[in-house]
Amino acid sequence: MAVSVKIPTQLRAATDGEATAMVDGETVGEVLDALYERYGELRSRIAEDGGLRRFVNVYVEGEDIRFLDGLETEVSDGDEVTILPAVAGG
Amino acid sequence: MPPESLRCKECKTPYPLEARFVCERCFGPLEIAYGSLDADPAELRRRIHGGPRSLWRYADFLPVAAPPPPALEAGFTPLLRADRLAEKLRLEEVWIKNDAANPTHSFKDRVVSVALARARELGFDTLACASTGNLANAVAAHAAAAGLHAYVFIPADLEEQKVLATGVYSPRVVAVDGTYDDVNRLCTELSSEHDWAFANINMRPYYAEGSKTLAFETAEQLSFTLPDRVVCPIASGSLFTKLARGFEEWLSAGLVGGEMPVFCGAQATGCSPVAIAFGEGHDFCRPVKPDTIAKSLAIGNPADGSYALDLARRTGGTIEAVSDEEIVAGIHLLATTTGIFTETAGGVTIAVLKQLAERGEIDRSERVVAYITGDGLKTLDCVRDSFSTWQIEPSVESFERVAGELAVPA
Repeated sequence: MAVSVKIPTQLRAATDGEATAMVDGETVGEVLDALYERYGELRSRIAEDGGLRRFVNVYVEGEDIRFLDGLETEVSDGDEVTILPAVAGG
Repeated sequence: MPPESLRCKECKTPYPLEARFVCERCFGPLEIAYGSLDADPAELRRRIHGGPRSLWRYADFLPVAAPPPPALEAGFTPLLRADRLAEKLRLEEVWIKNDAANPTHSFKDRVVSVALARARELGFDTLACASTGNLANAVAAHAAAAGLHAYVFIPADLEEQKVLATGVYSPRVVAVDGTYDDVNRLCTELSSEHDWAFANINMRPYYAEGSKTLAFETAEQLSFTLPDRVVCPIASGSLFTKLARGFEEWLSAGLVGGEMPVFCGAQATGCSPVAIAFGEGHDFCRPVKPDTIAKSLAIGNPADGSYALDLARRTGGTIEAVSDEEIVAGIHLLATTTGIFTETAGGVTIAVLKQLAERGEIDRSERVVAYITGDGLKTLDCVRDSFSTWQIEPSVESFERVAGELAVPA
């Protein structure tokens, strides 16, 4: 499955300035692994102990993956995965 | 306390004092790091007393280069001793900090004042926000007063009173089909694409500091002493944690003595991710889908949830949730004992205060301060049908026919 991942400004230094990346994967976890393959530095910024850091939110088609199956959430061809900082709002 | 840098609350990486809110190394929240105070407590007190009757009297503790010219001044709201409420709750000393008495009738005037002042220093011409209503009111009004453009993003199902009270200032009002959390996600994305000062996103480190002034005022109004316990609503947890920061800063400055108050947080059962995590002993919150009349507290994914949990635990406090019925009863209890008509968030706070008092968790001798953060006129629908009216003809006979029902019990 090819999905597009939207990269927030705060991580673009680790993606050579790219705001979107097209990667393959069956689940959110696989998509993120594919992203880390391409941009090694991203892993240390947002991943921790095999999961995501506490202040990182990931959405599939606008829905927080914590309401879905977390990193096991399946993705479909053409889905949009969004990575965002969790410390906004209120 | 001159502001020196932004600093990651988690990994301590410093950043310049710009419009940014996230640590690029660990994604933790940024907050303001200050230098040392240049004055002793007596001098600080003199400066405060000599300052304006607004939150800018505490400029020594705020993250701006200089206080802005006076415009729509926020803060310096009444702290009222609520003896009739205390008596009902079998407590001795209850105070109500009535922050509905701000220019746009909520505590959001404080945070927006500070965010706007810093945004102007940084050269922005547009102020924006993701809001559950009160923030939209404040952003629209303060931007208008300062001559800035404003974009406010709100959930489409917001109370009409809040939408009208915002629209009157002619900001761009964008109603989003979704919850506040959807609005917040959208605005977090937009803040990467537009060169705007989003009060509670890229300006959040400055914005959040405005809430400290509620603690400063409370302490000043109590003649430079601290309460024993505070009860405060929790949405994102920013107000709750910054209230503590305010008390801590004054303790370390020597402006007050004694112990940190016990911090009690209040949520609505229909949106209580922080109260649930507190009850289950977790260090962080699982997000929820909100379903409550307390829309100003309807944040299912609270940014400062983990810090709020830590604060309640380390001060020996708690975080509780109350039902929609208890919220309406809380609004009535405050109104009928103090004359203050609060919005749903205040109903949540008073209902939790009542719950704690009835459970015997508050010692009778404690000095308790409850924070009323918004005005009842903004959430009128929730009190509809919660009382009776009698319709009569304009004649004495017509009145006398219902007078029996109307008689006030002795």
